[in-house]
Amino acid sequence: MDEQYLGIFDESEQASKEEHPTNRRVELMLGALASLVLVFIAGMVIFVFLKGLPSLTGNGISWFGGGGNVDEQLTNIFNSPAEPENYVYELSAFPLLWSTFLISFIAVCFATVISIFSSIFIVEFAPRPLERILEPVVKFLAAIPSVIYGLLGVLVLVPWINDTLITEEMRVSVRYVIQLDGTSVLAGVIILTIMILPIMIAIITDSLRAVPQVWREGALALGVNRWRALRTVSLRAIRPAIVAAAVLATARALGEAIMLAMVTGSIGFAPNPFDGFLFFLEPSRPLAATIIDGAEGLSVEPFGQTMYAFAFILIVSTGLLSFAGWAARKSLSRYSIGAK
Amino acid sequence: MSTTTTRKRKQEAVRQTRAARPKKIKSKDSWSIGDRIGVGLAWFFGLMLCLVAAAITLYMAWKGVSFVNWEIISTSPEASLEQSKTGGFLDPIIGTVLLTVIGAAIATPIGVAIAIWLTEYGRPAPLARFVEAGIEVIVGAPSIVLAIFGLLVFQQGFLSPFSFTAEGGAVFGRSFFAAGAVMSLIALPFVVGGTREALNSIPRHVREASYALGKDQASTIRRVLLPSSRSGIATGSTLGMAQIAGDTAVVVVLLGASLQISPEGDIPGLDVLKGTGSTLTSFVFQNSPAGEGNAPDKAYAAAFVLLLLVILLNLIVNLVTRKGKQVWG
Repeated sequence: MDEQYLGIFDESEQASKEEHPTNRRVELMLGALASLVLVFIAGMVIFVFLKGLPSLTGNGISWFGGGGNVDEQLTNIFNSPAEPENYVYELSAFPLLWSTFLISFIAVCFATVISIFSSIFIVEFAPRPLERILEPVVKFLAAIPSVIYGLLGVLVLVPWINDTLITEEMRVSVRYVIQLDGTSVLAGVIILTIMILPIMIAIITDSLRAVPQVWREGALALGVNRWRALRTVSLRAIRPAIVAAAVLATARALGEAIMLAMVTGSIGFAPNPFDGFLFFLEPSRPLAATIIDGAEGLSVEPFGQTMYAFAFILIVSTGLLSFAGWAARKSLSRYSIGAK
Repeated sequence: MSTTTTRKRKQEAVRQTRAARPKKIKSKDSWSIGDRIGVGLAWFFGLMLCLVAAAITLYMAWKGVSFVNWEIISTSPEASLEQSKTGGFLDPIIGTVLLTVIGAAIATPIGVAIAIWLTEYGRPAPLARFVEAGIEVIVGAPSIVLAIFGLLVFQQGFLSPFSFTAEGGAVFGRSFFAAGAVMSLIALPFVVGGTREALNSIPRHVREASYALGKDQASTIRRVLLPSSRSGIATGSTLGMAQIAGDTAVVVVLLGASLQISPEGDIPGLDVLKGTGSTLTSFVFQNSPAGEGNAPDKAYAAAFVLLLLVILLNLIVNLVTRKGKQVWG
């Protein structure tokens, strides 16, 4: 669309340039303002990096490794002596990184499957009245603030998990490692899935609707049924949109702080998937939630620096994911599907 | 000899007609088990979405009706050990409204300017691409990261007028102004999106008509394009406001932990902006079992009011988009 207009603007611009220097000035001013977005992002990444650097250099590669109890290490950092030369930085952040990865990955996997099926339902199979209900339903789920999801999670879902899913045997089997009380990876994953579904459904339905009608009619004319036509033609055409949706949802999931701080138990523990279903019921705490928990201690220099190191990891990973999602959607608009 | 050839020909003809006329399929036959399972799953997940939304709505409504009353809305929160004396959440409501207004007031002009540049100028093209991608990055940036970056910025000495300076000279960096400025970043992408959509929907001939009348591009934007994209701008900033009202991380980090609105300094009006406070989101967080207050009833009541506010903002968006749809001849 933009390119289309360019030719015309160039001409009018040529004609008016001599008479109206203001026009040029307006363009420059607006352009400068827009470029500030880039300056801002660069500044944010650099400043957060510089602030978090002492924590990263203080540990080297072992920052990303495991070993020791993260919560104890964080407490030591918080209580480190006031003289800068005696600051404690020792930290092995693996449990936090692992928890971030685990919760986001599982939630995005669930959400991808669910959003593909429900988008197909909305676009193709839902009866008219149901379709009309579903649109505001998706918008409503997207509009609920994360703190309300967190509240419902901690007051409804967590007690339910504690009462029905966790048996006394399970509690006994891990009692020397961790205490099970319902706040768990499972609660986080379930609510996170519901929270990222609306964005994914919005992107996927948009591009499903933008698939040219004739493509599907061609398939139908060859005698396949509606489901096959959808699966073999529409779904294949919008693969980049599904990737974009999953990638953007991952970025959202990585950054979710409040809800996860409320329902995952706030214990720096790395659940092991090889323990079977039990690992779902163990508490954990991702990076973003750790920053929320540590918000009060940001003014303690080494502790604050550690938090900024977490923030740096988060901003770099979400930034790259957002960029990738944007690029995937751009590639789709080249075929005029899901041009938004 | 001749009879066998004719017979062969006949058989050939019959075979051909059979091949040409495909076997009649009943519509049910073409649905394999896998297809049926697929459609079944589509129905299942579609209905599940409705069920989850209905469950959340009904549950919150039930909790809201049981815990919200006039007293809890109209009294300020107090610090007290006794649950009955901790007051209501008047200050958080004011805080939410204040923060939403500040954020939208900063985000709207900047967002509109960026959207105009992107759609109407967009030169050099690579820069425009990068700005577009940059806005996506801001959408994806976790609000907690924006919040602690904001704290880093507002703790710089030269920004001390915007918050409160402790005796040692350390800048506190937490105030309504600081939180509002960071919140504006959260609203910004929505304003840009809404405005761009509106500008893109204005057909080319409208611009050409303006040029034909001798207007240059700048005045076309000001006199023609901006007035006709008013509803898009309104939609964008209202969506942004809903986003601000629902954000917790920025409030927890940047608004300080005080329950009441505590003004700073002595200039009336400005003192509130420089001071700290709370919003509905931070009130819910603090009163949930995860926070310090642990008063689920109050958390539910505040969450219900917050949900109503967010739904109201979304309804306004719907109304504006429906009423403001301009039809171009």
